[in-house]
Amino acid sequence: MSVLRVRDLTVSFGRRHLVAVDQVSLDIEPGQRLGLVGASGSGKTVLASTIIGLLPDNAHVDGSVTFDGQELTTLPDREFSAIRGKDLTMVFQEPMTALDPTMRVGRQAAELVALHSESSQGTTRQLVVDVFDRVGLDQASRIVDAYPHELSGGQRQRVIIAMALINRPSLVICDEPTTALDATVQAKVLRLLDEELASVDAACLFISHDLGLVASLCSDVAVIHAGRIVERGRTEQVFHHPSHPYTAGLVATASIDKVRPGERLPVIEDFFDPSTVDSAPPSESTNRPHRRIRRSR
Amino acid sequence: MKKLTVIIGLVCSGLVVVAALVSLVWTPFDPRKVDGPARFAPPGWPHVLGTDAFGIDTASRLLVGAQTTLLVGVVAVALAAVIGVPLGVFVGMGHRIAGEVVARASDILFALPALLLAILLAAALGASVTTAAVAIGIATIPVFQRMARAATLTVMSQDYILAAQVSGIPGGVIAIRHVLPNITPVLGVQAAASFSMAILAEAGLSYLGLSAPQSTPTWGRMLHDANLYAAPIQAVIPGVAIAVAVLGFNLLGDGVRDYLDPRMKELR
Repeated sequence: MSVLRVRDLTVSFGRRHLVAVDQVSLDIEPGQRLGLVGASGSGKTVLASTIIGLLPDNAHVDGSVTFDGQELTTLPDREFSAIRGKDLTMVFQEPMTALDPTMRVGRQAAELVALHSESSQGTTRQLVVDVFDRVGLDQASRIVDAYPHELSGGQRQRVIIAMALINRPSLVICDEPTTALDATVQAKVLRLLDEELASVDAACLFISHDLGLVASLCSDVAVIHAGRIVERGRTEQVFHHPSHPYTAGLVATASIDKVRPGERLPVIEDFFDPSTVDSAPPSESTNRPHRRIRRSR
Repeated sequence: MKKLTVIIGLVCSGLVVVAALVSLVWTPFDPRKVDGPARFAPPGWPHVLGTDAFGIDTASRLLVGAQTTLLVGVVAVALAAVIGVPLGVFVGMGHRIAGEVVARASDILFALPALLLAILLAAALGASVTTAAVAIGIATIPVFQRMARAATLTVMSQDYILAAQVSGIPGGVIAIRHVLPNITPVLGVQAAASFSMAILAEAGLSYLGLSAPQSTPTWGRMLHDANLYAAPIQAVIPGVAIAVAVLGFNLLGDGVRDYLDPRMKELR
């Protein structure tokens, strides 16, 4: 059975019902890693917020999101809280702001453990130290007593990953977890995320606009554009033989190393005319929306 | 430079506290004893700061007056913070309708001057230091409510609050463990500023006879009793004391902020 099952999910905002996510369906199997790729404003963060139940009051949700067989869109807050942070966790984009500056990082991690289990304070501390140690924080027993401002960006992101994994979740949502880090730290944190997800056997929804990151971490990928999933499949398949012109444009713009000196850089519009999508009527089958989209050249 | 202001703040507010403590066990003369023949004595010996129109020793009154000053500050700020801060946090954490109600109630209270409130309370309960302190405290509630709300709004937009919500931590726990510690530095500064405002306000109310009765020595009352023709120095002395206290607690506020913020610790 799928860990996460999203069916015909439509999310709109405000009185005018501006649509951010449009008829999205996707599944994540246990242990599977799905990359969600799209430009800024394509609806990837709204999709993630919907799954984890963090939409603002003015959002309207249609369709269904089931997690471990439980419907999330109608779940009362109290019951949702029991799942969040235990079975369903999230890794944030900004390691600089995702930790409370007034609380020692070990205590923040311990708070999560204490909230979702009934362990004594002593064993909780040991558990936190162990997990910090596992995510590659040197001198973990010292770092648990540090305040966030005393740690580097990479260390903070390791703490955040440790906190996301400490309760052995079945699904981790990663919202561009490495964009704030420099390239070398990024690679290390990514490798760590890869190993740790595998060690707790957690599935992952990895949101990014960096195709390289997605390719190195995820077995499957879904491409989102203007709130719709335009293509979905195995990572190699999608990136090497994109069937949708928007994906082809994304891949081409991401591989500028193939552009010869003096040549014009490719843009997505070379492959795909967005105006044809925005004016199109809602489709019955969102799995193959590219049928209605013509190539602009 | 920063350090210097904190030191000045500590010394000034420290003086007031020490004066209050000393007066608990010792004063040069009885601060309530009327001594007709000794009236309007200039500063000298045995009356170090002279005497007032009733022959009461000014130094003794000044020391005992520090007690009242601190009491008013503490009561007023505590009252305002205990009511205003939870309200502000509650509203800031996004209860929209409750927020509007509290904001409008705040506006109404804000429009009502402390002086008017003090007259009201004094008329209803009789003029005393406590009534004055309570009136000042009530008038200060909107200040804390607004400050707490603004600070809470800033904190609520931070990722660590989102992370806490995503982790299933209940709203009340988030308020106490994550929001309050992060807004404390701002509130600390506000508390110190309000403390000096309260001292000033109480001096004003005393001067108008809306606070302490004749027998209670307070700095405002001393200003009121001073005879500007016979002994102008008797108005200067409590005035300076009030100024020192207000300056001291204001400057201390800056120091308090740095102390409460763990990020500032290594800068010190």
